[in-house]
Amino acid sequence: MRVWKFGDDIDTDAIIPGRFLTIYDEKELATHAFEGTRDEFSKKAVAGDIIVAGRNFGCGSSREHAPLAIRGAGVQVIIAESFARIFYRNAINTGLLPITSEAAEEIRDGAVISVDTAKGYIESDGKRYPIDPVPAFLLEIIRAGGLVEYARAHPEIKTCSE
Amino acid sequence: MANGMTVAEKIFSSKCGRTIRAGDVVMAGIDAAMIHDITGPLAITQFWEMGGERVFDPERIILLFDHQIPADSIPAAKNHVMMRAFAEEQGIRNYDLREGVCHQVALEKGRVAPGDIVVGSDSHTCMYGAVGAFATGIGSTDMGFALKYGALYFRVPETIRVDAAGTFGRRVGPKDLILRMTGDIGADGATYRALEFGGSGFSSMNMAGRMTCANMAIEMGGKAGIVPPDTVTMEYLKGRGSFDPVDIAPDSDARYLEKRGYDLSNLSPQVAIPHNVDHVAPVEEVAGRKVDQVFIGSCTNGRFEDMQEAAEVLGNESFSEKLRVIIIPASRDEYLKTLRAGLIERFVEAGALVEAPCCGPCMGGAFGLLAPGEVSLSTSNRNFRGRQGSAEAEVYLCSPATAAASALYGEITDPREV
Repeated sequence: MRVWKFGDDIDTDAIIPGRFLTIYDEKELATHAFEGTRDEFSKKAVAGDIIVAGRNFGCGSSREHAPLAIRGAGVQVIIAESFARIFYRNAINTGLLPITSEAAEEIRDGAVISVDTAKGYIESDGKRYPIDPVPAFLLEIIRAGGLVEYARAHPEIKTCSE
Repeated sequence: MANGMTVAEKIFSSKCGRTIRAGDVVMAGIDAAMIHDITGPLAITQFWEMGGERVFDPERIILLFDHQIPADSIPAAKNHVMMRAFAEEQGIRNYDLREGVCHQVALEKGRVAPGDIVVGSDSHTCMYGAVGAFATGIGSTDMGFALKYGALYFRVPETIRVDAAGTFGRRVGPKDLILRMTGDIGADGATYRALEFGGSGFSSMNMAGRMTCANMAIEMGGKAGIVPPDTVTMEYLKGRGSFDPVDIAPDSDARYLEKRGYDLSNLSPQVAIPHNVDHVAPVEEVAGRKVDQVFIGSCTNGRFEDMQEAAEVLGNESFSEKLRVIIIPASRDEYLKTLRAGLIERFVEAGALVEAPCCGPCMGGAFGLLAPGEVSLSTSNRNFRGRQGSAEAEVYLCSPATAAASALYGEITDPREV
């Protein structure tokens, strides 16, 4: 469960460059994750690793290939100071958990950390950090197991005008 | 305390039939949904995964190919085949690869109206705010949901109001304004927020310029970038479709998170420096930087007005032979206007490659890729590392005037000095 530490404004072109967007298989996308900007990631990341980043993680394109490439590498959790809006929602929809926490600033590359989403904290080097709450309507989607499962469980949707 | 409503709040209130304020979370019906060849296939797969059989309304779906056309690889060709079959099976009008870049086509075909709520599986969908729509980019899974139900969860955003006054100086324009604004607000300064553009600077701006500005709201993290509709908007929409009149003008006491003002008369040509869109400087600071490739086009700056701006700077000269110049009008309509005005002939004479309407080198997925160490100057919207090819290449962003001036000399050049 090692930490891969990234800086601010990690954009979707860095996560998965445009030339790989005809790929939809997450394992194959993972072989190109961070290609050109952090080549060791796709070679060394293992299941359970965690990405920790600064502000505005996932800014740029709406490509869902970005969370898929990260998930394909075995990463299930990203902790950042803040996320770009589209990426945040794409991550939740594809089963990758985006966590906003002040811990992101202090946790170093290679650190070993544990995340307890039920109790709402991150532990690293013996220190505990709180996790910012997920907006209620998104929590509903996470609880359903993602947007696909949420949709399957709701054959009818009521809009605000009904 | 100000208690009036912003354009975004008015659009959601009008859709929901009750007062909706920033911060509210609503499942709102959508008026249109756009999918293209990059994100469309996954959206369709997710639609099926969700148990989708028929899309909510085939007439409200905008479907086309623009990122990888004509197919540049076998996987791209397969994506096109898959989407063609989906369009046919669902009775969706397919523009295929005939019309050009999605956002330009959606607007010029009259598929978006003032007051609409529109989603697109492309981050620059916010461009439809130029006609007064609340339009936002979403991922493919959200799009699968939108295709199935014709609705999506929205958290109604707070708004940053930006007023512009004055008039642009010679060879300074909307792209310089939006680059400067991105530099000031920052790459995440408008995250989860809407930008509302107004003031005399916007009311006197043509639709092409409004599209350039609304297009780049996402570069500040914005969920939408909206120009309240006025006579310029109505003039543009005339003949493009039938639209119901809507009253979505912001209240004079609308509640804004923040207000900003720009005097266009004081603005100079701006350039975004590698590798962030909010790393913006006046052109003087980077003038003289050698350039290997100039790209004039994209949803941001591929309209006829942009082509005119470039052609005016070019005059009767030739582009420098030290670099390559790629010019791509954003749509078939814009291409034809450019062609009929004699500008395509002029560009080709001057040494440019003029390509058929598509996204071109903007996304670095199809052609016009950069080698390590190369420098691109582009009128598109992103200069992220690796965006147009090698991660060791550099991309600068600018206006069509600055791009054309720089293409004359092979180095970044202040268009006011040409």
